Amino acid sequence: MSEALRELAEALEASKSEAILGITHSDVSELTVVVSTSALPGFVEHLKTAREGKFSTLVDITAVDYPEREKRFEVVYHFLSMYTNLRVRVKACVREDEVVPSITDIHPSANWYEREVFDMYGIMFSGHPDLRRILTDYGFRGHPLRKDFPTTGYTELRYDEVAKRVVYEPVSLVQEYRQFDFMSPWEGAEYILPADENAEEAK
Amino acid sequence: MDGSFKDAQTGEQRIRNFNINFGPQHPAAHGVLRLVLELDGELVERCDPHIGLLHRGTEKLMESRTYLQSLPYFDRLDYVAPMNQEHAWCLAIEKLTGTQVPRRASLIRVLYSEIGRILNHILNITTQALDVGALTPPLWGFEEREKLMVFYERACGARLHANYFRPGGVHQDLPQDLLDDIKTWADEYPKVIADLDGLLTENRIFKQRNADICVVSEQEALDWGFSGVMVRGSGMAWDLRRAQPYECYDEFEFGIPVGKNGDCYDRYLCRMQEMRESLKIIHQAIDKLNAEGPGDVLARGKITPPKRGDMKTSMEALIHHFKLYTEGFHVPQGEVYAAIEAPKGEFGVYLVSDGSNKPYRAKIRAPGYPHLQAMDHLAHGHQLADVAAIIGTLDVVFGEIDR
Repeated sequence: MSEALRELAEALEASKSEAILGITHSDVSELTVVVSTSALPGFVEHLKTAREGKFSTLVDITAVDYPEREKRFEVVYHFLSMYTNLRVRVKACVREDEVVPSITDIHPSANWYEREVFDMYGIMFSGHPDLRRILTDYGFRGHPLRKDFPTTGYTELRYDEVAKRVVYEPVSLVQEYRQFDFMSPWEGAEYILPADENAEEAK
Repeated sequence: MDGSFKDAQTGEQRIRNFNINFGPQHPAAHGVLRLVLELDGELVERCDPHIGLLHRGTEKLMESRTYLQSLPYFDRLDYVAPMNQEHAWCLAIEKLTGTQVPRRASLIRVLYSEIGRILNHILNITTQALDVGALTPPLWGFEEREKLMVFYERACGARLHANYFRPGGVHQDLPQDLLDDIKTWADEYPKVIADLDGLLTENRIFKQRNADICVVSEQEALDWGFSGVMVRGSGMAWDLRRAQPYECYDEFEFGIPVGKNGDCYDRYLCRMQEMRESLKIIHQAIDKLNAEGPGDVLARGKITPPKRGDMKTSMEALIHHFKLYTEGFHVPQGEVYAAIEAPKGEFGVYLVSDGSNKPYRAKIRAPGYPHLQAMDHLAHGHQLADVAAIIGTLDVVFGEIDR
């Protein structure tokens, strides 16, 4: 398994070196290829047709949000080849205002995945036939999976007995949203616990 | 397109396409699916599925919970076969932490995954029959589902939302009489399959409603990212249990049924045969469990709780227990994609860990999502009545599609 992936990585590097920004081989024998955004459709096309891979199935498209980075989002594609029994992960780093070329022409199944990424992260895809929201409510505002979107959201809805319809209201919590943090102060946590700043001053 | 036929002379001749709203309360919509259908007479011209009515933000919720607290969300995805989903989550965590699952836990997982597969296939086959007009199969099939849910309950205390598979093994060991009862059930179940077989397989109406409906070619299955029965029905012998074996599936003997025509009827036959193959695996798993005798069912270490007895005597074990259930365990930094062959197809979890006690990002890849996506493509040119049959054969459950 791992040997075949290594060969694949070498073949990709040889034939598509201009598109590839980096190849990593993880400990759990997974191949990750980082490509530039503009070269993405060409690279996906190559993966699909090239003899060494035949990655004809698009498994998944998703994104990861890193708000502290300059290129905020990572768009992650997973491909599967039923012919060579291999998987490959393709990544592209995207700025917040950047538009990603759609791959719906190459993989029709990318349609809903790209809609979902747009819905959840607000990443735009150029050349997508129908870039609407998909999972959230009609008329929803914001992009819920961004790290700066609160888990509680901004609006809530209920059925109003007087108006005889569903009404939207700003979220009002009866008690604070409880976010317990049990991280050990001596391993991992790099912040000062609520009571600890006083302890420093007392010394 | 509406009212664009200006050259027609009489009102009767001025025909326009009809838009119909199918669901979300339609009984054949299998949950909360809303389809906006454009009909030309009785033929479907365009089909626009509106999903997300059951969206609960599972992935967002998981980002603020520990790995162990995220586990029960997986039961609530495909609530027809809950344990199979948990399996993918556990495998992802085990891959990143490098945990070795004890032998007995591995066998129990296989056993319950296959029970989950049968649970799912009973529901799908019988409701598919219900969608095309037969009432008896669900009544007969659900009796068996009930028995299987009792097995779930006896293993973990809950009929549906099991929370039984844990990173590093399974929560508790199975008692011997439960194993014996599952074996007795597995001996009797072929009779029920034969009953369903007799009701449906050669039934004239069932055949007319399913044969040659929604034909999926090999190329279409690849283009639309299908998996599971949707590709096997089209003649490709692709099964993750065989192709990329996880757990200990590589030591079990079972067949992978494939269809010939790729229509609804072939997929029905595949599911029937898969139940028989699952029974074979169940028998083998029970035999192995009996032959190999008792053993630990959790890999003892940082990610699993200490034994009850240790907690009574050892201070470290008590602290470990407390820290595990409050802070949770830390997963090393990295990313992983773990997939299992869920009854509906490839169910995957893409997990990004930042080394803390909570997943930085967990993406759930549900098999029903790409299947339903192809609805517009598959339903085009079919009769309105076939839409129900197509939804049935896609095997959609909205818990996993909407997440």
